[in-house]
Amino acid sequence: MVKVFIEKENKKLNAKAKDIEELMKKLNINKEEVIVVRNNQLAPRNEKLNDSDEVKFLSVISGG
Amino acid sequence: MCKNCETNPVILLTNNTKGLCKSCFFRYFERKFNKTIAQFKLISPNERIGVAISGGKDSLTLLYLLNKLKSKKRFTIEALLIDEGIKGYRDNTIKDAKKFCKELGVKLNIVSYRDEFGYPLDMMIKKLKMKPCSICGVFRRYLINRYSRKLKFNKIATGHNLDDEVQSVMMNQFRNNPEISARLGPITGIKDNKKFIRRIKPLYLLSEKEVTTYSYLKNFKLKFCECPYNTEAYRINVREFINKFEEKYPGTKHSIINSFLEILPDIKEKFRNAEEIRYCKKCSEPCSNEICKACEIRSKI
Repeated sequence: MVKVFIEKENKKLNAKAKDIEELMKKLNINKEEVIVVRNNQLAPRNEKLNDSDEVKFLSVISGG
Repeated sequence: MCKNCETNPVILLTNNTKGLCKSCFFRYFERKFNKTIAQFKLISPNERIGVAISGGKDSLTLLYLLNKLKSKKRFTIEALLIDEGIKGYRDNTIKDAKKFCKELGVKLNIVSYRDEFGYPLDMMIKKLKMKPCSICGVFRRYLINRYSRKLKFNKIATGHNLDDEVQSVMMNQFRNNPEISARLGPITGIKDNKKFIRRIKPLYLLSEKEVTTYSYLKNFKLKFCECPYNTEAYRINVREFINKFEEKYPGTKHSIINSFLEILPDIKEKFRNAEEIRYCKKCSEPCSNEICKACEIRSKI
């Protein structure tokens, strides 16, 4: 299971996916609206995921 | 692997299955920033450029890059921050802005609604039956222009990025507002009018995601925070719509902007004399009526 943190919603959860792209689809996250940090490193969405990975979705939306 | 140098990528660009590593991304980003300034002739040598900052990632990235470019292109910069008076939001971003300017050695000018209009935005919205964004937008534009002139800036740079502009273009299309679109573009305002300070948008061709990636990799350490009054529902819906489209059809945002830039000179020409420029009877700021919007709102407080 991958540990997930969604910044905009301040939400933590566990999920299963083979890569970041699949994880985003499962969580209904638009690739245009986040940058992805995997194990504290910025990662492109085609990166594979391993069990026990930590994935953070950081919002790109400006505050105004 | 990075498409240029075979190291680990950090981002996939639009229409690319191969990514860019950190240093190739920095090169790509900064080249695009500098090219936008050159292509649209945003800055000329010896100009004094004001940089409107909020303390958020767009404006601090803008400030960082203009500071980096200023010696090479022979211009000077100073930052201008408008403190609307939003507790729990702007006070936090002001701290980030102060720290950032100090680190870069850039002079920061802060102008507040409280000092200028007597009340912070938090109090104004209790007194007025208006949407916070309607009050804030008018006062912010008013103060940016007034203080840019006072501080003798030749131009004022803002952190508007590709996503902001695409949203504005589409909102004007959906609402049939071509005359408002005529005021968009990488450089706006009236040429040769001393009362109007022209605005430039050097991040015009860089997406919100690219700017966030840049500021993250540069370690600007900015926390996510959203204005508590961000209730511009129409823009939020347009943003979601465009992002869904971009995800399905990569390149959509650039296509919208490229076709907009193609027709912009014609729209500008068509609406050039649509609104006569007048000067407010109360404050002498440029406006389209006898009294400017800022004075009109101020009289109701």
